[in-house]
Amino acid sequence: MDVKRVKDNIYWLYYQYLLITCSYVLEPWEQSMFHTITVTVFAMVVYTAYVFVPIHVRLALEFFSQIFGGQPESSV
Amino acid sequence: MANPSAVCNGHLHHHHQKQNNLLKSGIYKKNGITKGMKKNGISNGTLYKKTFIEHFEQAPMYVAVLTFLGFGVGTVFGYLRDFMRAWGLEKRNVATEREQQKDFVPLYQDFENFYTRNLYMRIRDNWNRPICSVPGPQFDLMERVTDDYNWTFRFTGRTIKNVINMGSYNYLGFAETDVNALKTVTIELEKYGTGICSTRQEMGTLDKHVELEQLVAKFLGVEDAMVFGMGFATNSMNIPALVGKGCLILSDELNHTSLVLGARLSGATIRIFKHNNMQSLENLLRDAIIYGQPRSRRAWRKILILVEGIYSMEGSIVHLPEIVSLKKKYKAYLYLDEAHSIGAVGATGRGVVEYFGMSPDDVDVLMGTFTKSFGAAGGYIAGKKDLVDFLRTHSHSAVYATSMCPPVAEQIIRAMKCLMGLDGTTQGLQRVRQLGKNTRYFRRRLHEMGFIIYGNDDSPVVPLLLYMPGKIGAFARRMLEKNIGVVVVGFPATPITESRARFCVSAAHTREMLDTVLNALDELGDFLHLKYSRYSKSSHPELYEETRLED
Repeated sequence: MDVKRVKDNIYWLYYQYLLITCSYVLEPWEQSMFHTITVTVFAMVVYTAYVFVPIHVRLALEFFSQIFGGQPESSV
Repeated sequence: MANPSAVCNGHLHHHHQKQNNLLKSGIYKKNGITKGMKKNGISNGTLYKKTFIEHFEQAPMYVAVLTFLGFGVGTVFGYLRDFMRAWGLEKRNVATEREQQKDFVPLYQDFENFYTRNLYMRIRDNWNRPICSVPGPQFDLMERVTDDYNWTFRFTGRTIKNVINMGSYNYLGFAETDVNALKTVTIELEKYGTGICSTRQEMGTLDKHVELEQLVAKFLGVEDAMVFGMGFATNSMNIPALVGKGCLILSDELNHTSLVLGARLSGATIRIFKHNNMQSLENLLRDAIIYGQPRSRRAWRKILILVEGIYSMEGSIVHLPEIVSLKKKYKAYLYLDEAHSIGAVGATGRGVVEYFGMSPDDVDVLMGTFTKSFGAAGGYIAGKKDLVDFLRTHSHSAVYATSMCPPVAEQIIRAMKCLMGLDGTTQGLQRVRQLGKNTRYFRRRLHEMGFIIYGNDDSPVVPLLLYMPGKIGAFARRMLEKNIGVVVVGFPATPITESRARFCVSAAHTREMLDTVLNALDELGDFLHLKYSRYSKSSHPELYEETRLED
């Protein structure tokens, strides 16, 4: 029974996405086009975040700790 | 809703409350801002004999952002479809010119209908639905389907039976087919037929009209009244007769199209004041009196204030006591359009004048329609005898338009006699009371569930805010699947971010019907995520008292 609830929940989320972006009113082929574009953009955002964010966060932390701490950092 | 009345100086002081959501916490026990506390040394509280509560809650910011996002997506796809239509990749369904006339001045401006073509067409199946029974508390709908995404429809031949009617302006339930109720109407139909074939000034004044006019005057408590065949035409044809060039019209922002059309046709100067905002109106009045006409600086010949009793898109009631005191101070005239409020508010159904406990002599021109609460068609203008005699000779409608047909006049007569109690029963008063009970119950339950509802607590017009364009179509279609017929309104009639579903409560609705509708709304509100209100019982249950003093 839990599978059904999860499926209903996912359908509800999908329906909310359709309503919010007004793709509920589009014809099927327009909907496919819109979903493709959205999924592509979303995938690109996730990929960029995955590749770039950790490295940049680490560099930023090093930069700020140098300013405030001013102590020689071990290179571990 | 919590409704404290403070006791001060030993007598009960009723305040004028208006709920704003400027603060985010603990708002229930705090009174809203009382407007204009001291006006010429008189506190505003004494103008209102009972509490006046109106709600115009604003939705959270993310809702507005998502609404614009939705419209943006719709616009982008609109441009795409227009491009495809222009380059022949898709069949054109709108009107286009013939090949031979391509070089002429264009007859159809393509871009003007952008919104209609690309957004309205996609959800068009929710409007203009043909019904095939009397629009009582329930009606039958003709089923129709579309094969090409709402450009054309075809009827399947089936009817959907007993759809609960939440859209008709049937406030007192007089739209009925009960044979006993319509006995006098059938007699008049057999006596007079249906056609008048003449205007009021030629041969179109029947004894039925005289009887009806005297009854309307008695009902409203004024000297005389005149009836017209069409409600819209009453406004648009009589305002030009009352004002002309050199006069000033001060009209509310959200006035109905008939008032706007009448004002424009008259040729007078029109100035708009913010909706129900008395400071704005007073500023305009002061400017008008101080500066006079634009170039010549002469005094205005007449200043006419145009307001409505209940505004049908907002559900708000006019602030009549304040307007009357302003009008007396600055010597202007007041034209009150009671299309939705006659029969629907007031202890005995006599409209906003009775609702505020004022005398009908305070309003110069009382106008109303018989379409809404009386289950007929037509309009009236009532007031002093001089005014009505003037209109009998000078109104465009009296000179050129066909008068009201006798069976319709008889329907109004029997409805009005029922309301006044002249038919010997208390049915009229019961209907008015039932409408009041239904209204309060419906609004209270909707507030508790967490929807954003606009308007006054006593107005039977209940707009429920939907905001996003995608939800307009989804809401109307799903409600029809549950056998409930609702009216949804979108952009041109409302501001672009505030599309809504408008419910009209009727005295003919039983408690079970209202409960069915409310349960369906509850379910649909969760499914479509429509419960935006931040001040409802469901979002802050711990702040509500358990004891409740009303029904």
